[in-house]
Formats: sequence, C-alpha cells, structure tokens
Amino acid sequence: MLKDFKQSILISIWFVFLTFPLMAVRVNTTEQMVEWRWMTILWVAIGSFVLSYAWRYFLAKKQLKKKDDEEGGKHSKLQLLMEDMNFRYKAMGVLLVLALVFPLVFDTYQNTIMISALIYVVLGLGLNISVGLAGLLDLGYVAFFAVGAYSYALLNYHFDLGFWTILPVGGILGCLFGVVLGFPILRLRGDYLAIVTLGFGMIIKVVLENWSSFSFGPSGIANIDKPGLFGMDMNIDSSTIYIYYIMIALVVFTILITNRLKNSRIGRAWIALREDEIACVAMGIDMARTKLSAYALGAFWAGMVGVLFAAKTTFINPASFTFMESAIILSIVVLGGMGSILGVILGAFILILLPEYLRAFSEYRMLAFGAAMVLMMIFRPQGIISGIRTKYEYKELKEETDNG
Amino acid sequence: MKKFTVLLSTAALLLSLATAGFAADTIKLGVAGPHSGDLAPYGIPSMKAAQLVVKKINAAGGVLGKQVELLIQDDQCKPEMATNAATKLVTDGAHVVLGHICSGATKAALGIYNDAKVPVMSPSATNPALTQSGDYPNFFRTIASDDMQARMAVDFTINDLGMKKVAVLHDKGDYGKGFAEFAKKFLEESGKAEVVLFEGVTPGAMDYSSIIQKVRREKAEALIWGGYHPEASKIVAQMKRKRMKAAFVSDDGVKDDSFLKVAGKSAEGAYMTGPRDLSGNALNKAANDEFKAEYGADPGAFFQEGYSAALALLNAIEKAGTTDYDKVVAALRTEYVETPVGKIKFDARGDAEGVGFSVYTVENGAFKELK
Amino acid sequence: MDYFLELFLGGLTRGSIYALIALGYTMVYGIIQLINFAHGEIYMIGAFVALIVAGILTIYGFAGISVLVLAAIAAIIWACAYGYTLEKIAYRPLRGAPRLSPLISAIGMSIFLQNYVLLAQTSDFLPFPNLIPDFEFMEPVAHIIGSPELVILITTFVTMILLTLLIKKTKVGKAMRATQQDMSMARLVGINVDRIISLTFIIGSALAAIGGVLVASYIGQVNFYIGFLAGVKAFTAAVLGGIGSIPGAVLGGLVLGWTESFAAGYVSSDYEDVFAFGLLVLILILRPAGILGKARKQKV
Repeated sequence: MLKDFKQSILISIWFVFLTFPLMAVRVNTTEQMVEWRWMTILWVAIGSFVLSYAWRYFLAKKQLKKKDDEEGGKHSKLQLLMEDMNFRYKAMGVLLVLALVFPLVFDTYQNTIMISALIYVVLGLGLNISVGLAGLLDLGYVAFFAVGAYSYALLNYHFDLGFWTILPVGGILGCLFGVVLGFPILRLRGDYLAIVTLGFGMIIKVVLENWSSFSFGPSGIANIDKPGLFGMDMNIDSSTIYIYYIMIALVVFTILITNRLKNSRIGRAWIALREDEIACVAMGIDMARTKLSAYALGAFWAGMVGVLFAAKTTFINPASFTFMESAIILSIVVLGGMGSILGVILGAFILILLPEYLRAFSEYRMLAFGAAMVLMMIFRPQGIISGIRTKYEYKELKEETDNG
Repeated sequence: MKKFTVLLSTAALLLSLATAGFAADTIKLGVAGPHSGDLAPYGIPSMKAAQLVVKKINAAGGVLGKQVELLIQDDQCKPEMATNAATKLVTDGAHVVLGHICSGATKAALGIYNDAKVPVMSPSATNPALTQSGDYPNFFRTIASDDMQARMAVDFTINDLGMKKVAVLHDKGDYGKGFAEFAKKFLEESGKAEVVLFEGVTPGAMDYSSIIQKVRREKAEALIWGGYHPEASKIVAQMKRKRMKAAFVSDDGVKDDSFLKVAGKSAEGAYMTGPRDLSGNALNKAANDEFKAEYGADPGAFFQEGYSAALALLNAIEKAGTTDYDKVVAALRTEYVETPVGKIKFDARGDAEGVGFSVYTVENGAFKELK
Repeated sequence: MDYFLELFLGGLTRGSIYALIALGYTMVYGIIQLINFAHGEIYMIGAFVALIVAGILTIYGFAGISVLVLAAIAAIIWACAYGYTLEKIAYRPLRGAPRLSPLISAIGMSIFLQNYVLLAQTSDFLPFPNLIPDFEFMEPVAHIIGSPELVILITTFVTMILLTLLIKKTKVGKAMRATQQDMSMARLVGINVDRIISLTFIIGSALAAIGGVLVASYIGQVNFYIGFLAGVKAFTAAVLGGIGSIPGAVLGGLVLGWTESFAAGYVSSDYEDVFAFGLLVLILILRPAGILGKARKQKV
C-alpha cells in the first residue's frame, strides 16, 4: 500500500515536470510577458496521482485476465455466443429490426451521424479485406473513397447522371484504382507497403487540389444531387431517412458479400497469404492475382460508399480526404479486431459516434478521442472482437483451439 | 468498453434532453467552425467573439427579453463534419447561425440551413459563389468576397506600384487559390502586366526556399500571395533572407496581427488588402479590449468579423421582434447595425454593405492604411 | 549554375532536417518494428519548449547565443522526457500484441499530444525568436546560403557524427545493435532490453528536438500542427533510405530534400509531393527494401 502510494507520488512528480513548460507557462514575446499558471500544475499533480492508481489497477487486472485466458484457453463469452448459430440469427434479426426502426424514433441529427457511422462501417469492412484478411497494410485507403465521391460528383455535374447509375460505376472505378496501385507494389512487404499506400493517398489529394480544370480544385463541387426516388421531391428530413435506408441496405449487402468472401477460396488464399507468404506461394497460390484481388475488392467498397458520401453531403472538396481519414479507417479495423466483421462494425460505431457524442466536451473532444484510442488499444490489443477462424473438427475429438 | 459507450450516450442523451427543456425561453445562436484540427486558429477567435457578445447582451437583458444561448459546434472545416454540425444545430433549434469559417464547409452546410429556414452569417467564407450564385438566399457575410479583394490587389500592384512582371503564388486552399486565380485573371485582362509564375505551395512545408529562388529567377517585380499569414510570414522572411527586393502583395488572410508578430522585421514594406481601417471605431476597440480582458491575449483571425456577425444577427432578431425566418432576413437587409467592422446592412445577395476595403502596408511593425 | 546551386543547398538544408527526424523513426523501427507515428509530435513539443524557454530567457535579459544553447538544451531534455513517457504509456504495455495495435496507439497518441499542446498553449501561430544571428562573413553569399542554413548544416553534421560514434564505439551502442539484431538473444546475454528500448526512444526524441529547434528558428514560427507534415516526410525519408538503417535514414532524408527542391525549382511546386512520393515508389520498385536497406533473407 505504502509502496503504491510512493510510486504514485513519484509519477505525479514526473508528470508535473513533464507538463511544466507547456501547462504552466505562456510567454508573449512581443509584449515581453510571462504568464505563470500554477493552478493548472496543481491539477496535473492531483490528476496524475489519481490516474496512476487507476492505471496500475487496470493493468494488473489485465495481467490477471491474460493468465486466466492462457490457462482456460477459452474465448470470451461474446465470441462463444457468436459461434452459436441459433443465437446469431436471432441477434441479427433483432439488430435489423432496431436498425429499421431507428430513423422513425430519432431526429435528423441522430440519423445523419448514424449515416456517417454506417459509411465508415462499409469503409472498415472494405479495408478489412486488404488489411484484416490479406494482411496488406494500407495507409491511403481514403484515396479510393475520394475516387468514388469524385466520380459521382463529376459525372453528375457534367452528364447529369443519377445516383443509382453511378453507384456501381464508383465501385468499379475504385476497383480499377486498386489494381493500378497494386501493380507496382506487389513485391513490397509490410511497412514498405504502408508508406507507398500513404503516398498514393497523398498523391490523389494533391492531384485533386491542383488539377482545377478537372476536379474544380480546392473549392470543390457543390449542389450534387441527392439520390432520387422516382423523381420525388424530398425535404431534408425525409431524404436523410431515405439515405439512411439506402445505407442500411448497402451495409447488409457488404456484410453478406464480405462474409461469403472470407470463407471462399480466394478468402482462404488471402488468409494464407497473411500468415506466410512463402508457404502460400509454395502451395501454388498465385501471389500476384491474390494480392491484386485483395486491393481491388477492398477498394470496390470504398468507391461505392464514396458515391453515397458525395450524395449525402451534396458538396465535396479535397479537404475530406486527408491522411487522418485513412488513419481513422485503419483504426476502425484494428480496434474492432482484424478480420472480424462484427468487430469492424463495432469499431466503426465507437470511433465515429464517440467524437459526435463527445461534442458535449467541446474543445476537449479530440483530446479525449486520442486518449480513448490509446487506452482501448492497451486494454484490448487484439481488438474488441478478434477474428475467429472457422474450424471443422471431428465431434469425437476433444476441442483444441487456438486464437488464429 | 461497452459500458463506457452506453454511459456516454446516456449522458449525451440526458444533456440534450436538459437543453431541450429550456428551449422555449432562449434565443439560440449557433456557432460553427473549426475548433480542432489544423485550421482551428481560424475558427476559435470567432467562437470567442460570439461568447463575448452573448455574455454582454445577456448581461444587458438579452434579446427580446430572452437570454441568448450559444450552441457551439466543431466542423474541422470538413464538409461532412459541417453537415453533421449543421443538422445538430438545426435539430437543437438554433434560430440563427454564425459560421461556418471555411467556404467549403459553409457550402456543404448551407443546404441544410436553407431547408430548415435558418439565416447563416459567416465571418470569413469569402468564396464569391456563396453570394453571387443565388443558390443560398439564407447566407450573409461580414467580409468581402475574394474577387473584390483580388481586383483591389491587382489594381494596386499594376497602377500604384507600376509593376510589370508579377508572380502569383497560393496555398492550394479554397480561399488562397480562389484569390490567386482571380488575381491572375485580372492581371491578364489588364494587359499592363505579365504573370510570370503561377504556382501553389504546400501549406505547412518546412520552407519555401526553392519557390522563392524561382520567383527571383523569373525576375518578378512583385509577388502576389493568395493564402493565410503563416505561409506568408515564411515567404517574406525567406525573401528577405535571400536579399530579394520584389514587392509582396497579399490578401486579408495576411492582414492579421499574427503576421506582424511572426514575420517581425521581414514584414516591413509588405502590402495587403483588408477591411477598411476601423481602429478608430469605438466598437472595434471595445471588442478588442473585451477580448484582452477575458483571455489576456490578442484576438486572432476573423475576430472582428465574428463579433460583428454575432451583433448583426442578434440585432436583426431584436429589430424583427421575432425569430421568424422571413422577418429576420428582412431585418438583416434593411436595418443598419453598428459593428466593429462599421455600420452595415446586407444587400439582396447577402454581402455586407458598408464593409469597405483598403490597401495596407506594414510600417514600423504596424499596419498603415494607404487608400 | 547559381540557380542549381541554390536549389541544391536548399534541398540539402531541408533534407538534413528530414534526416534528423528520420533517424528517430528508423532507430525505433530497427528495434521494435514500430512506426512511431507520434514522433512528429515530439519534434513539435521540442520546438514549443524551446520557444517558451527562449521567451522567458529573453524577457529576463539574456541575449544572443546563450539563449539558443539553453533553449536547445531545455528542448532536448523535455523532448526526451516525453519520448520516454510515450514509450512507457503507449507502447510498452503493447509489447507482444498484434503488430498493428501499437500503430493505432501511436496514432491515438499523436492526436492526443497535438490537442494537448493546442489546449495548454494556443491554436495560433507563435513567433519564434530569431536566435541564429546573421554572420558578417556570410553576407557576400547570403542570396545563395544564409547563416541559419549554415548553422543547420553544421549542427546536423556534428549530431550525426556523434550518433555514429555512440552507436559504433560505446558499450550502449553495441547493446543497441545487439537488440536490433535479435532481441531474445540480446536478453540472454544479459542486456536489459527494456532499458535499451527506452534509450532508443530518448535518443530519437533528442534528435527530433534538435530538428525542431533548428527549423523553428529558421522559419520563425511554431504551431501545434507542425509535427504532422514533418513526421510524414521524415517517415518517408526513413523508408526511402531503408528503414532500420541509420545511414539509410540520412541518405533518404537528403534524397527526399533534393527531390522536393529540384521538383519545385525546375518543374512545379504544385506537384512537389507527387514527385517525392513518385520517387519513393520508383525506388521501392527497384529496391524493395529501400536504398541502403538489406533485403532480409526469408528462410522457409
């Protein structure tokens, strides 16, 4: 007890030292003034003292749990429940009904942010294909999103093409760009891949900013048509609800397809590629085709949902497609649990809705968001729900599981 | 983790319920702009301006006998965040909105306000299309549009300074590139000067030495810069360092006290357009003093415009005697109001009448009005 | 010719700063295979601390080079403290976790630190005092290379020599190299691996702080967001040179600096970043492990 106390005191002294220049002092060189803020330092001292207790308590708990897990070798209750097909169908049914009733209960604001979250669900599921399944780290995923959004905005502007025509076109264009990006970097691995994809994302943004005659540059494209429903004129409330339902349909579609993909021949090839590239190639899997298909199929969803994004905001400019977006989408995948569809969905809801609900904290919003990201990673490094590999086993044999 | 989110959402729900409970008795002034992220320096001063105005008005009894309540929303200057912020404001029942800051975000959000019949006034969105396209009847602004400024900067460069070779640089941003494109167009139309260089630089890049060498190689006599003050400070400092003599002409994104502070001596002799000098204006000075008393620092970009917009919006409600959209808009278009940027009302398109523009130069570490 | 020389020196200056920051990325990556995304924020914090200390000192009447030295020392001390704490809080608990988890925690930390400085200090750009004096003897060539550039070049050069000596000649350096080659083996021969990792973060942070102070006094302004772009560019430089390789980081920084400078000078600064990343892709196609990176043999 005393040891804990002493340690917490030390930690709090350390943090006082650490934050001292930035928290306690503010200088104004033009007016030759130094402002000392001793009160903030007091808060830092007290805050870090209390937090260090909490930190140690939770870390110790995590350690304990880890031991339990190792000994028991079991999945969490939630995962076991998910294995139970009967429960799964019931849960999905309930969720679907909830999702369908949602816009009728809540107001337009709730619907709007829910649409945003759903957009990110699709983005997360798309990125999950290349990162989660095939293990190809992508830091420029937002580029495909931009491709989709701009293809709708531009085709709508020049040729007056409608939302439903462009929706598949956006997806296919995304696909094409995925292949274009994929080709030169087939040989690269791991983090080299990461930086090239990051560069690709930046290049797309720079091109959109500079090539004004093509993309209207930084001033963006305004007055993009909202999705039409047999030419009906809708006000903002009903069109939001309409887009919400389109989005729900798109999410369900995405889940169905990605789920099927995951257990298909190519999905297994991706997972094999992720686990061990050499062994995978030695088994006769065409590396180039598998990698390219992972990029292309991942990019497809981003392109498609990009079209919807443009239709929802009715205005796009390059400012929406920064590196931070890519980082957020990647965080959704990792935080939710790589390879797990349910995990990615939960991750998207947390990361997109959290800052919205944190609006109450106003200026502390992003601070809390950053801290939450770090904490969630520390206490659940494998993600909220880690992907489970489907296993086929003889009933007579004793269950032998590993965390894949 | 799940518990935490549940807790959080319940808290948020309770909070929104609580605010909704008081809804009937207050005038709600929405404030939207970037309050986090890299563009926060341009959004926070307007937000603080609104807070100061509301505090003062509430202390004096409020508007129409009701207290004014602020609803502050962050949009990070991103269109999709702006639409979220706008729907949030509309569902929270904002009667008028001060914002958004960036033209792009403003464009994205305006449709939502328009459908909900909420007048919007931006202190900083200068994109000409916002008022000139006629698409946004609910939009007003307390700042002049880009083309007006560009016209003024170009006229000054070729007529007053008599420069023949001009380089035009911009920050690739919505505002900066818009201004630069107008400047280029006006320069070419005038036939008196040649545009020797038209390029964008990356904002936040470490230095601009290569582009400045390029300006020198093209033998430009003047450099017109479209963009904000942080990059402008770097450019003038590096021009001075490279011993260049070319004149520096820019926009009101540069006419900011931060430019004087950050660029220091290098700022001497730079020209920029900006709202007419109003430091003699009592309200302007009072607003500045209020800010200093409250925060102990100088207000930042668009503070005066934000302050004026808040005053104009609340004044219109007072004059209209109601928060009804049509009456408030009519009041904005007919009733003059004294603000830190002058005595203004708004024309049919939403641009402020009475917001004049002047060319300034920096002399002894202060802005000096030229004409 | 003058124009070429100007661009060359401009690129060299920029590149040497990239190199300083890239060293931090590459050293950390070399040991724990982590892309420390918050490294750019350490650079920013270094610059901010220097600004605050320099401000206090000038107000209390110090002047000239002593301010620069004291401010730089303070910046290094605090940057190291932040780097050390960062590793303890955000990365150490994640040792042994899936490979991407620390990356996300790094992104979170980066967001957190940016907003922490935004709230604790200000959102506005702050003027950084011009601490590097204009030397008399530089005046004839001032239009090509100025005094600050000279100081930057000399400082980075000296720093890199010191770093090389530290890694090649000292016992600690040997331990670092051993840890990089094989962490569990290093632990077996009695190296305190945790301490070595902490030390790597501290050294990387010190280098970033030096970079931060130099850049801030060169361009004269500081803001909470300057770390982001510098971080991305330095990371690119590290990969370009071959991540994990120390000479590679230096070379990568310089190559990136030159590419940007010449691209802006001879082609167009509109597409500066496109050229930088285009070059990166090109080099990685030809040499998938970067210019000086060793392609690791895959054993089956």
